[in-house]
Amino acid sequence: MKPAVEQVWQWLGEVPDPEIPVISLTDLGVIRDVAYEGDTLVVTVTPTYSGCPATAVINLDIENKLRDNGVTDLRLSRQLSPPWSSDWINPAAREALKDYGIAPPIDGTAADGVLAGRIARLGGAGNLVVACPRCGSNHTEKISQFGSTPCKAAYQCRDCLEPFDYFKCI
Amino acid sequence: MPSLPDVMTPDAAQLAQAAGGEGRAPLETGSPEHDLFTGLTRLGDTTLILGHRVSEWCGLAPVLEEDIALANMALDLIGQTQLWLGLAGEVEGRGRDADALAFRRDGWEFHNLLLVERPNGDFGRTLMRQFLFDAYHLPLLKALEGSTNPRIAEIAAKAGKEVAYHVERSADLVIRLGDGTDESHARMQSSLDALWGYTGEAFIGDAVDARLGEAGVMPAPESLRSDWDRTVNAVLAEATLERPASDFAHKGGKQGRHSEHLGHLLTSMQWLQRSYPDATW
Repeated sequence: MKPAVEQVWQWLGEVPDPEIPVISLTDLGVIRDVAYEGDTLVVTVTPTYSGCPATAVINLDIENKLRDNGVTDLRLSRQLSPPWSSDWINPAAREALKDYGIAPPIDGTAADGVLAGRIARLGGAGNLVVACPRCGSNHTEKISQFGSTPCKAAYQCRDCLEPFDYFKCI
Repeated sequence: MPSLPDVMTPDAAQLAQAAGGEGRAPLETGSPEHDLFTGLTRLGDTTLILGHRVSEWCGLAPVLEEDIALANMALDLIGQTQLWLGLAGEVEGRGRDADALAFRRDGWEFHNLLLVERPNGDFGRTLMRQFLFDAYHLPLLKALEGSTNPRIAEIAAKAGKEVAYHVERSADLVIRLGDGTDESHARMQSSLDALWGYTGEAFIGDAVDARLGEAGVMPAPESLRSDWDRTVNAVLAEATLERPASDFAHKGGKQGRHSEHLGHLLTSMQWLQRSYPDATW
C-alpha cells in the first residue's frame, strides 16, 4: 500500500504533540518533509530542542499512526538544519495554545545572547510583555527563564495571580 | 561486549579502546579523523560533564522554579552531548555511539574543560560557573556555525539557539546575586575568585586545535577570548563584582589530565552502565 503524500500529511495532522495534546505535530512544525524513496515512505522530522524528551515519543507516535493506516515500508529521518523555530507554529495552533493556558510565542523575540540590551532590560527598560492566557492582562512577570519544559518560561499574572507557561521564541 | 578491565591493568587504556573497536584499528594520532574525533569529544565531553553537574541539583535547588530551570538547562546540555558524541562516534567508525562514549570511557579519555568538572558548591557558585562557561559557549557555537564541516555547523546552529537562553539566565542571576545582599555578594565574589583560574583553559590552543583551526573546522580557541572578556566584564561590572587580576590558568582537561573531581563524578554517572552493560528498560 502506497498512500498519497497528501493523505500522509493529513494523518500526521491528527497526531497530537505528546506534551501539548491540543496541537498536532504538523501544527508544531516538526514535520519537515513527506516523500517516497522508491517504495519507502520517508518522513523527515526535526527536533524542537536537542534534548527534548518528547522527540522519541513523537517518532513512536508517527510510526504507530502510519502503521495503523497500513503503511509498512517506512523510514523516519532526522533533519537538524535549518533548526526548528517557534515561528513555524501555525496561527490556529497559537490560539489553541492560549485556550489551553499557555501563552504563545511572540515572534521576533528570540534570545540572541547580546547582553547589552539584556542588562538594560534588568533596569526595567524594554521588558517583554506576555499577556496572561487566562484573563488577558499584560500585568505579568517572569518567574523563571525555564518553565515546565525547556521550550517554556514560567510567568505569573499580577492581576488574576494565575501562574502560566510562556512558549519561548526560539 | 566484555566488561571493561580494572584500571590497575597495565594496558587498560588500550583494552578499553579495543572493547568498543569491532576489530577496527584506532584512529591514527595526528590524522584529520583523529583530530576531528578529539575536537568533537572536547565539545561533547564538556557539555556532558556540565550537564551532569547541573543535574546533580535536581530536587535540591533553593526554590522549585530554579530546580526546574537547572534541570531543563541540564537537559539542553545532555541533548547537545548526544549530537556531539554521536557525531564523534561516527567519525571514529568503530561502532561506539554517544552512550558508549559517555559511559564506557575512563577519566583520561575525557577531554572536557576543567571548569565544568568543578563541584557545584552552593547555588551561587553553580550559577557563576554556568555564566563563565555560557559566556564562552555562545561565541564558540556562533563560530562553529561557520565550520567547513556541515555536520558541525548544523549542530552548532541548533545548540546556539538554546545557549542564547542559558547565557541570559546565568548573567541575570549573577547580576542579581552579585548586586544583592552582603551575603550573596560575598558568596558570588568568592565563587568568582575560586573558579577564575579554571576559565583560561578554554582559550589556550594545542596542536590539535591549530590543525582544526587551519582547516576551518573549529575556531582557534584564542580567537574567542575577546568576546568572552567583553561579556564577562560587562556582567561583572553590573554585578558589582571584581574581576580577579591573575591570568594563571589550570590546564590539562582537553588533553585528558583531570582533577580528582572528574573521577568521583564518573563513578556516579557511569555506575549503572558499568555494572549492567547494555541494560535496557
